[in-house]
Amino acid sequence: MSNANVQAVARYQNDFLREVEERVEEGHMVKMCMQCGVCAGSCPFGPDWEHSPQKIFMMIRAGKRDEVLGSDSMFMCTSCYSCIVRCPRELPITHIMHGLANYAHRLGLAPKGQPTREFATLFWNNLVKKGRVNELTLTLGHYFTNGLVSGIKTALGMQRIGLGLFLAKRLNPMEIFGGHGVKDLKGFHAIVAKAKEIEDRKKGFTA
Amino acid sequence: MADNKFAAYICSGCGLGDQLDIKTLEKIALKEGKMQVVKSHPFLCNAEGVQMINDDVEKEGVTHVCIAACSRRSKTEAFHFPTVAMSRANLREGVIWVVAAGEAHDEVRQEMADDYVRMGCAELKKMKLPAGNPDKAHSKRILVVGGGMSGLTAAFEAAEAGYETLVVEKQAQLGGWAANLWKRVPFKAPYTEPQDTGLADLAAKVGSHPLIKVHLNSTVAETAGAPGRFAVKIAQESGAVTEETVGAIVQATGFTGYDIAKLPELGGGQANVVDQAGLESMARAANGATIKRADGKDVKSVVFLQCAGQRDDSGKHLPYCSGHCCATSIKQAMYFKNANPDIDTVVVYQDLRVPGMGEDFYRSAQEKGVTFTKGKASGVESSGNGCKVSFRDLILDEETSINADLVVLATGQVPSAGVELDAWTEVTNAADGGSAEAKQQKIVMHKSSVLNLTYRQGPDLPQFKYGFADSHFICFPYETRRTGIYAAGPVRRPMDLLQATEDATGAALKAIQAVENASLGRAAHPRSGDLSYPLVRLEGCTQCKRCTVECPFGAIDEDEKRFPVFNEQRCRRCGTCMGACPVRVISFENYSVDTVGSQIKAVDMPDEFSERPRILILACENDAYPALDMAGLSRTVYSAFVRVIPVRCLGSVNTIWITDALNSGFDGVMMMGCKKGDDYQCHFVKGSELAHYRMSKIGDTLTQLGLEPERVVTQEVAITDNQRVVTLINDYVAQINELGMSPMKGFN
Amino acid sequence: MAKKEYAFYPGCSSQLKASASNYLVSTNAMCKSLDIKLTEIPDWNCCGASVGYCEGGELPRIAINARNFAQAETHLPGQDIVATCAACWLGARESKERLDGSAQLMKETNEALAAAGLHYSGGANVRHMVEVLIEDFGYDGLKQPMKKSLEGIKFAGYVGCQTNRPFGIDGESFENPLYLDKMVETFGGEALTTYDQKVTCCGGALAFSEPEKSQKQIRDIVESAYDHGAEMIVTPCPLCQANVEVYQSEINKKQGTKFNMPVLYYSQLMTIAYGGSAKEAGLNGQLIRAEKLEKIAGK
Repeated sequence: MSNANVQAVARYQNDFLREVEERVEEGHMVKMCMQCGVCAGSCPFGPDWEHSPQKIFMMIRAGKRDEVLGSDSMFMCTSCYSCIVRCPRELPITHIMHGLANYAHRLGLAPKGQPTREFATLFWNNLVKKGRVNELTLTLGHYFTNGLVSGIKTALGMQRIGLGLFLAKRLNPMEIFGGHGVKDLKGFHAIVAKAKEIEDRKKGFTA
Repeated sequence: MADNKFAAYICSGCGLGDQLDIKTLEKIALKEGKMQVVKSHPFLCNAEGVQMINDDVEKEGVTHVCIAACSRRSKTEAFHFPTVAMSRANLREGVIWVVAAGEAHDEVRQEMADDYVRMGCAELKKMKLPAGNPDKAHSKRILVVGGGMSGLTAAFEAAEAGYETLVVEKQAQLGGWAANLWKRVPFKAPYTEPQDTGLADLAAKVGSHPLIKVHLNSTVAETAGAPGRFAVKIAQESGAVTEETVGAIVQATGFTGYDIAKLPELGGGQANVVDQAGLESMARAANGATIKRADGKDVKSVVFLQCAGQRDDSGKHLPYCSGHCCATSIKQAMYFKNANPDIDTVVVYQDLRVPGMGEDFYRSAQEKGVTFTKGKASGVESSGNGCKVSFRDLILDEETSINADLVVLATGQVPSAGVELDAWTEVTNAADGGSAEAKQQKIVMHKSSVLNLTYRQGPDLPQFKYGFADSHFICFPYETRRTGIYAAGPVRRPMDLLQATEDATGAALKAIQAVENASLGRAAHPRSGDLSYPLVRLEGCTQCKRCTVECPFGAIDEDEKRFPVFNEQRCRRCGTCMGACPVRVISFENYSVDTVGSQIKAVDMPDEFSERPRILILACENDAYPALDMAGLSRTVYSAFVRVIPVRCLGSVNTIWITDALNSGFDGVMMMGCKKGDDYQCHFVKGSELAHYRMSKIGDTLTQLGLEPERVVTQEVAITDNQRVVTLINDYVAQINELGMSPMKGFN
Repeated sequence: MAKKEYAFYPGCSSQLKASASNYLVSTNAMCKSLDIKLTEIPDWNCCGASVGYCEGGELPRIAINARNFAQAETHLPGQDIVATCAACWLGARESKERLDGSAQLMKETNEALAAAGLHYSGGANVRHMVEVLIEDFGYDGLKQPMKKSLEGIKFAGYVGCQTNRPFGIDGESFENPLYLDKMVETFGGEALTTYDQKVTCCGGALAFSEPEKSQKQIRDIVESAYDHGAEMIVTPCPLCQANVEVYQSEINKKQGTKFNMPVLYYSQLMTIAYGGSAKEAGLNGQLIRAEKLEKIAGK
């Protein structure tokens, strides 16, 4: 169990709803769910979730902390925003799902090896590195997350796509050596670091 | 009285002149219709046309007017001649708008118009101008039974409108159920906090109103009479009786809570389990501070169980939803949260139903941190120093439980509607048969009666469903089957305070309408303003009691010899008595067995080789006839072989009309009336149902005549069925064509 | 003097030799015809996209978007920020709305920006290119530079998610937005208005991490376009374009379908309609060639 998690458990004891309200992006809206289930029915990956947003909200209210933070359901969100626009209570469901995933990831409770968790982490780190996303290193990085052997297999499987994009001038193999990025990289990194620091302070994470 | 003078006016406007031979129509009105004056006009409903008719009435002594133009439902303001009897031949909506266009149809179109002119003239010949009920009743005072929120509102509204009002309340103080509430569900923006009930203020206003007289500790010992002349005995607990005359009555006797002792499975009877009324008492005692249990302990956690003993399909408890309880539990949860936000408040619901602006209130409770859990409670046990509530979580689909200091059961409303009339009739029959036990039972029942009506039909309002007092199922709330008596508030259906207040206001207005109509000798709803009333030739009466039994409104009593005694002010003029009478001694001046019978006989009947069947449609004027008019309005073509006669209600259809129609060679008779049954739409509640019942018996007669049963059919038609009526007609004509022409043709 | 000027936020995918470079090429040609001057926000950075949530967190995401606003505010004062990428528009606009709604968040964001010597004073107006076209020019205005009609081509207007939800374009419905259809019709093409996968999600970033689930979505999107008689799909979103075009061969291989449906940007259609060449429209960047459009371009 991560240090952050031990502290969180101690801090909120059994009040998981309060923990979510204080520490999860838009978490204060969880209590406003009226359990109609429109979100569950609107989600493109609905059948693939173990717990629909509707259930996640109910589980939070029922104090099922381990089940919620250990669930891979939030990582099924494609950010299509269907649930947001259809929710009659106007809950920012997409953001709450992102927020919960972020929190679970942060506490080290999110499922290990969950592909979207891995990809999303890779994506952020990729963009932070240069200030802009490097599509080639992102793609290669992703295909190699599961280890070298399976990465080569996947990459070979996708080779035609890469080749096609290359021929269509839409993938630059030179990117692997640098490519696009912001000029004031130092300033960019300072902003990201400062923002993270403020957020940690605000949400009561001890560094 | 001057001699009758009959006149027919034929309009050639709206395309009538282009599609019909007006000269032929004139000739028919004169020769066959025997009208003394026959005129046509290119635009009869304009000022000039109307003036022409008015001149004839005033200067030429015309007493009876047949307007052959559009539907009787059109141009009613132009064709308003209150001093003469009037019939309408429907040539526009009934003929040119529904018969197919083109020369090929000229002949059938003209035949149809010819017949409607014949029918209009024949009807007119049998009509009299209604003189109005000479027996007017003049009391305009209003009696309100029940001094709760509904009753006080009704009394206050009626008095504010200028009507003297009496309030009878059985308890020692005004207020009823609402007086026990700490706060009420909000009825004003922003709908976020419980509000003061406002009851003390209302009671004070009623108590001091110069037009309102309040009888406390009192009940109604007897109600006799009719609208405008109810004679009411008000009995005080002490035994003193006051006699009062009132014009109309509002019954606002409210409800009692479902007894939680009947819910042991949900902890009913346990010390820490209360109903919503019980919680209100605790909240009043706490006076805004933390609510304490009976044992003095502060409540730190509370669970509300919705639908306790309600929406029950096992047959053990109330089958219905009481409507207010979700919002009430939300309000009560706020009592706790407002006193201390750390109190755990959980509402376990199956479907949270918060009508009106309740959604805002619900959101407000969520914001305050009230937890709402979709679940179905399976049991409440005493556990430690509190309760353990077991329930099935309906979202997570699992059995689970919570502990709480206190459990509140949201039980339902049980109406205080008095005596159930079917049971009453049964007991009365047994008592009349000499049963001593039944006689005793009858006395007990009388004591539980609210109104103690002296009507032959029993002492209280008929009950509709689940024991709630009668009110019109779909169209007309407050209207009961006892004219001049209006049910308001939770006695007629489950409702909350806001709905009860609106309901009471509506009922007060209805009562005012009733006393005004009664004082003018006119009918009340739905034929409000009608001056005709049933006339009976008692010398022909066989004392069969069908009219007294079948009258949906309890308007007809019986005298010692079992002759009917009509209470005109109670009568709604539907004509159900006329339809019921086997010896046809009941009629109205402008609507009788003859006015319709003569129309049936006036239709020109083609011979059996003409291949032109004739089908009679008796259409209820409330729904079916407007639907037919609207079919015309949308120019939907239907068979030109039908002849439509509007009737006040299918209940007024006397079987002699059917026999007459078949005897005169009609090939089929179709009746169109409103929906019957529990979800009826009949304006007269039972008329349509009675017609169906009567017609179910006509099959034997048909067989005896050698006619197929399909020659008489009854259909349920709603006002919105303007396309369906066309299908019904065309399908029926096709069916009759299949059957062949009636063998009865040519016998008369 | 250009008729209209905007601060341009092209986004990562629209850079040269990136996956939506053909979007950038055609946007430039289209704007030339409409006399629009786009000036790139100096030293802009990534918006964080939606999928950045997992590692990024709320404030870092907002702060990097605010960095772009600060740059635009300083260097291109008074100009609306225009994004062509759906995710960039959404990420930026979401950040803008949150900052507008909370003084506390604004304070924290500026605290972060100060680390790089920047400041954002608020009031950025973040718009999508399609909004600019519809609101600032109108369908009639867009028609004016038109030289060629797209007559004879049937288009399925695939709007997708993020140009549609949660903000929407021109107040249109989330369930059945019509602006793409109207644009197609404006340029003489046939819009298949009953195309029922118009707002279906292509899987977004999960096309990488959950390929099977996403490809099921993509299959529906392409299949329905065929069922409705479409010859091409047109979209305003780079991720939609890439996912729906790129994975057709993969789906064909796995599921035995024979998909070969060109997927284009509205800007490519407009460039051709404005008389631009196939190259100016970026048609050489298609994996699945849009032959009918090439033909019109060659006329």
